[in-house]
Amino acid sequence: MMDKMIFGRYVPADSMIHKMDPRSKLLIIFLFVCIIFLANNAATYALIGIYTFYMLGLSRVPVRFLYGGLKPVIWLVLFTLVLQLFFTKEGALLYQLGPVKIYEEGVRQGIFISLRFFFLILMTSLLTLTTTPIEITDGLETLLHPLKRVRFPVHEMALMMSISLRFIPTLMQETDKIMKAQIARGVEFASGPFKERIKAVIPLLIPLFVSSFKRAEELAIAMEARGYRGGEGRTKYRELSWKNADSLQMALLVLLTILLFLLRS
Amino acid sequence: MDISLKHVDYRYQANTPFERLAIEDVSIDIPSGVYMAIIGHTGSGKSTVLQHLNALLQPTKGSVTIGNHEIKALQKNKNLKTIRQKVGIVFQFPEHQLFEETVEKDIIFGPLNFGVSETEAKERARIALEQVGLGEEILDKSPFDLSGGQMRRVAIAGVLAMEPDVIVLDEPTAGLDPRGRKEVMDMFYSLHKERNLSTILVTHSMEDAARYADQIVIMQQGKVVKKGTPNEIFSAPVELVEMGLDVPEVVRFQLKLEDKLGFKLEKIFLTIEELSTAVTKELSRGVRL
Repeated sequence: MMDKMIFGRYVPADSMIHKMDPRSKLLIIFLFVCIIFLANNAATYALIGIYTFYMLGLSRVPVRFLYGGLKPVIWLVLFTLVLQLFFTKEGALLYQLGPVKIYEEGVRQGIFISLRFFFLILMTSLLTLTTTPIEITDGLETLLHPLKRVRFPVHEMALMMSISLRFIPTLMQETDKIMKAQIARGVEFASGPFKERIKAVIPLLIPLFVSSFKRAEELAIAMEARGYRGGEGRTKYRELSWKNADSLQMALLVLLTILLFLLRS
Repeated sequence: MDISLKHVDYRYQANTPFERLAIEDVSIDIPSGVYMAIIGHTGSGKSTVLQHLNALLQPTKGSVTIGNHEIKALQKNKNLKTIRQKVGIVFQFPEHQLFEETVEKDIIFGPLNFGVSETEAKERARIALEQVGLGEEILDKSPFDLSGGQMRRVAIAGVLAMEPDVIVLDEPTAGLDPRGRKEVMDMFYSLHKERNLSTILVTHSMEDAARYADQIVIMQQGKVVKKGTPNEIFSAPVELVEMGLDVPEVVRFQLKLEDKLGFKLEKIFLTIEELSTAVTKELSRGVRL
């Protein structure tokens, strides 16, 4: 059952996007999330669409995985579309059925906002699909480094993030194992009345808690035994390197921003 | 209850880039009452085979027959619960599955799930606890206050209390000290004899397989490479070594001894006792030291 979870998962491939520095990818995604709000007419949305699909193409991630990322949020997108359709009351009246009125502006807004959602999700899943969690953490740590000045515990945050990311697969395996052990003891996780199913979670959660706490303690001891004492003076094994592709992609994004400013109404 | 696997394939994460064929064309017959050992290295697919034995996994190709249930690839299955009551699995590190407040509650958890009455289940808990060699006084303790070895025994008792016809053991002695190891293995063996259980032991220990099993299946890279009785399997020890597998210490000793002393005993012996008698006999016939 855990096998099918593809959402938010790294898909290895040999592409330009995969090879980019995580810092530039994070920056691009962050800026993309900002500039997508510049789009307000057909031309600008088309431009953003072209950019998104160009990036997706560069990444060589199979469409299947993108679909996997979209599936959980498709209802949210549809919901906003419907909301916009029925509750925007501007522009010419297009259609009327009893008390339900659909206006031109509603259709326009609905489509635009759904598209915005759609592009945002595609771009953010592109980040997790092409960047390993460790790279993302490294990238974030370096980008957030200036915050150290204001005593923000950047290193500790990054460490926490990488530890939790590191233990997701372990925890999933553990869940799978304990689930199977309890199924073998007659628990039914997937069928039966709702109340029973809620109760069935207890024999799964308690062993998971117990083993997580144990593991956390063991990890802490192991880290101390190897002389870990926080981020002070700590060097890195994986060094990040900014390549030509990164500068190129940043330039492309700047170009996109300029074009958006020119084309927006 | 007979179990048989026919040409079973299992693929993990089918249709993703992470797809992996775990077992391929595995056919094993496990007749009622047999003690079978499935041996292989880590990653040989033995644990995957184990999970087919009570329908925790459904084959991606082929079929598994458990009693009168047949589980085929790509088919919805019903009434798996009856299978699971008949086939008890003791997973690796079974103490990880403990969760109740008291030992008693944890042991009766399985039986209650299969519809046994509470008084009956409590009676079974007492019997199971005795079988695993623990006293009644721990029934009211929290399982998390016990020692590692005791926790393991409680978890095993929880499976025994389901009164299965077939018991599947996945490395039941992993992480135990040599004495605990022998105690646990001997306990399963006497249960196997007393209750006429079918026992399937998944292990990488050739010693245990040679000592307890009636039949041995050797797996390598997802395939069954050898099947037979311990005598058949270990009669060609050199072949096993060439396959990168271990042979029991007794056999290794016999081979070295034969090599050193320049004689050949009439067959390969699997226990120290048999071997020592044979060696004494050979030596008293004509001393060539």
